[in-house]
Amino acid sequence: MAKSNEPIWWSLFSAGGMVAAMMFPILIIITGILVPFGLVGDDPLNFERIRDAVSQPLVKLILFTIISLPLFHWAHRFRFTLVDVGLKSVSTLISILCYGGAIVGTIVSAVVFWTI
Amino acid sequence: MVETMKLEIFRYRPEKESVPTFQTYKVPFREDWVVLDAINHIKDEIDGTLSYRWSCQMGVCGSCGMMINNVPKLSCAAFLKDYYPDKIRIEPLTGFPVERDLIFEMDDFMTKLTEIQPYIIRKEGEEKPLDEGEYLQSPAELAHFKQYSMCINCMLCYAACPVYAIDSTFIGPAAIALGQRYNMDSRDQGRDSRQELIASHEGIWECTFVGECSAVCPKDVDPAAAIQRAKVSSTVDWFKDVLIPWGKKK
Repeated sequence: MAKSNEPIWWSLFSAGGMVAAMMFPILIIITGILVPFGLVGDDPLNFERIRDAVSQPLVKLILFTIISLPLFHWAHRFRFTLVDVGLKSVSTLISILCYGGAIVGTIVSAVVFWTI
Repeated sequence: MVETMKLEIFRYRPEKESVPTFQTYKVPFREDWVVLDAINHIKDEIDGTLSYRWSCQMGVCGSCGMMINNVPKLSCAAFLKDYYPDKIRIEPLTGFPVERDLIFEMDDFMTKLTEIQPYIIRKEGEEKPLDEGEYLQSPAELAHFKQYSMCINCMLCYAACPVYAIDSTFIGPAAIALGQRYNMDSRDQGRDSRQELIASHEGIWECTFVGECSAVCPKDVDPAAAIQRAKVSSTVDWFKDVLIPWGKKK
């Protein structure tokens, strides 16, 4: 019986789920409630200020993590959802598209943060 | 007047009918009766041709699992009063080929149960001679795996598992939980030989953590947790293999 390479996808999926569960509620509160309702400061999303913040290496790393890992979480979950609704016959193609999408998203975000 | 209720039971007699049918029986309603009592009443008093499995009537043997109103349950633990006065629909556990009436084929599960090697394995040369006594174990070491040892092989978890329903190559909840039970036993040294199957795609990786196995388990084994724990330890193995290939044990 062939040894499975699932652990790599599953560990990225798990890490992504953890990051999403811990960070997304905070992001939703900040960007979806506090800022639009004007509950924090004066012009909090000022371009210069955000650009300054994002150019900090630590902020880059945090943003990269909360963009990349949840993409893998999505990829893994979406792959299994598609297989479960009856697309098992094209499961290899589904895996390539899902994980490929997450890898592309990871590379794009890495490049963006690198060039900021 | 005796109160009654209706049981709509799945019938399939291969010598008589090519397609399964349902037959409705009227049985006396009694507060202290479980579904299995009602089915036994049908067998003894109304229709002797009805076939089903049962034995202990006390939730220990794991023989009387059935779909009761589409939920996998032990029929000896499902009280009529919880359904009264509605009709109860009874079918064989889903996901298995039906042999006759409520009796389904369990060969697939039996094969998987054997493959997972659910017994204590000692490494070659490490078996203690009998006169040296037992392998001792502390209460804490027992508590580590005890929950997973409560499985009665009733197969309700297989009937509840949507993954097994679409792909029966999946090893499934009970077998993996039992493998995990022995892997976590301090007296056991057989993890490596079970791991080939557990860490395969048909092992733990088909599981998408729906959790229905644990929801229907009559013994609170929590197979879903056993599978998640096996995923974590198999992932650790995988990374160890990749990152420190020279550290691989024989």
